[in-house]
Amino acid sequence: MHYMLLFNETTEELGKRTDPTKADAYWGGWTAYMQAIAQSGAMVSGNGLQPPDVSTTIRVENGNRHVVDGPFADTKEILGGYVILDVVDLDAALEWAARAPCVSAGSVEIRPVLPPPAA
Amino acid sequence: MMDEERRAAAREAEAAARSSYGKLLAILASRTRDIAAAEDALADAFAAALAQWPRDGVPANPVGWLMTVARRSIGHAAGRRRTAAAAETVLRMLDEERDEARPDSFGDDRLALMFVCAHPAIDAEAQAPLMLQTVLGLDAERIAASFLVSGATMGQRLVRAKRKIRDAGIAFSVPDPREAPARIGSVLSAIYAAYGTAWEDVTGADSKLRSLATESIWLARLLRHLLPDDPEVMGLLSLMLHCQARSAARRSANGAFVPLHEQDMTLWSRSMIEEAETHLRSAARKAAPGRFQTEAAIQSLHAHQRMTGERFAEPLVHLYDALARFAPTTGVLVARAVAHAEYGNPAAALEQLDQIPNVARYQPFWAARARVSWLSGDEDAVWTSARRAAGLSNDAGVRAFLLAGGFRGTAR
Repeated sequence: MHYMLLFNETTEELGKRTDPTKADAYWGGWTAYMQAIAQSGAMVSGNGLQPPDVSTTIRVENGNRHVVDGPFADTKEILGGYVILDVVDLDAALEWAARAPCVSAGSVEIRPVLPPPAA
Repeated sequence: MMDEERRAAAREAEAAARSSYGKLLAILASRTRDIAAAEDALADAFAAALAQWPRDGVPANPVGWLMTVARRSIGHAAGRRRTAAAAETVLRMLDEERDEARPDSFGDDRLALMFVCAHPAIDAEAQAPLMLQTVLGLDAERIAASFLVSGATMGQRLVRAKRKIRDAGIAFSVPDPREAPARIGSVLSAIYAAYGTAWEDVTGADSKLRSLATESIWLARLLRHLLPDDPEVMGLLSLMLHCQARSAARRSANGAFVPLHEQDMTLWSRSMIEEAETHLRSAARKAAPGRFQTEAAIQSLHAHQRMTGERFAEPLVHLYDALARFAPTTGVLVARAVAHAEYGNPAAALEQLDQIPNVARYQPFWAARARVSWLSGDEDAVWTSARRAAGLSNDAGVRAFLLAGGFRGTAR
């Protein structure tokens, strides 16, 4: 089964990406984690995401495009990245999720990927 | 066919249903992870049995017959859906059928099914109902009545939990040893929730909560059989048997609540108490204490206090202190305070009670406060608390008991 793990990070965690005293530990943790998934053969795909301050949102109403900067929702946790795993069941996905560097400060949401509708 | 034979066939179908329902469902659902589809297939099989057995006679292997029909029913449904994954699962199931020609050669997947029902990814409120429905085949209406919600609400809760199991891919497997203790704990809590939280109640039980007592004891016995070495499983079964042994004595003929110290002990089930004690001794030999063993030991001491006339106030305090470490729930903390008061320390008990949060509408707290205030000699506080407890009670027998000051008992 394919599962998407959504890595929710705190603002503080995201701040470590550019903090010279913490960046090495931050990136080291994530790189090791992603490599471990890849080495196990469970990785389908995955990426980190830029923070919400470079995010753009579009909505189309009556044919008019409304493009806005953001969102800058005042949430405690921010989607910082994701992976798609191919594992046998939810417990196996949970096991990988529990190893994510953001699982203590933030959280990891696990969503089964919707299989394509039958032909 | 004669009526007698027809009735015998119907009885046979019913007996097969009761003893085999969970076993068949667990086997069917463990391959597909689809409990709802397995339930539908099993319903088809039982309907076919009721139609054919009275006419053609009961097959030599009734359970095997039901399994075959149910598997084919799943096969037809999957064929209609025509997805490659489902077809593969069904082919595997039909393949296994050939290996299971002998009677009772099926494995028992019910342990895995119980772990699925109590998986932490399943809504906590759905866990006990789901177990009652899948392992015992109880319908949502019956379960709903015991959990004090409407049939529709319970039905939705169960449907959602089954969909989650299927779509989130929760495995039908026994957790690995690292995870096992916590996961067994969830299964035990679900069974205990099915029995009713009534026994956390210091003054008495809501009779509606006890209506699934027999079914939940059956689940505990099944778990005892499937996990024969786990001391907490023994503890839970012992606890439930101790409580159940006194059920006939807990109400008078006219429905009034009878507290433990006034119960007619001739109404207690001696065989249940003896069995409870046997399980508790087996658990003690494992030397790994836990929440349910401690609760069972507490009930055992309560029973022995009555049977021997001795007071065990001091060991009870130690057991409640231990229980509060294992499971510091509101109910346990309230009961612990009462134990301290009974041991002659009402001042400490009042202090403990005052530290328990969120008790404004928790009836057992106010009943306990009434008893503890009585033991401390604070007459005004006694009646303020007793009236408050009575106002929060949803049971006429308990309300009358509280307003009459029944909690004062004999000793002060």
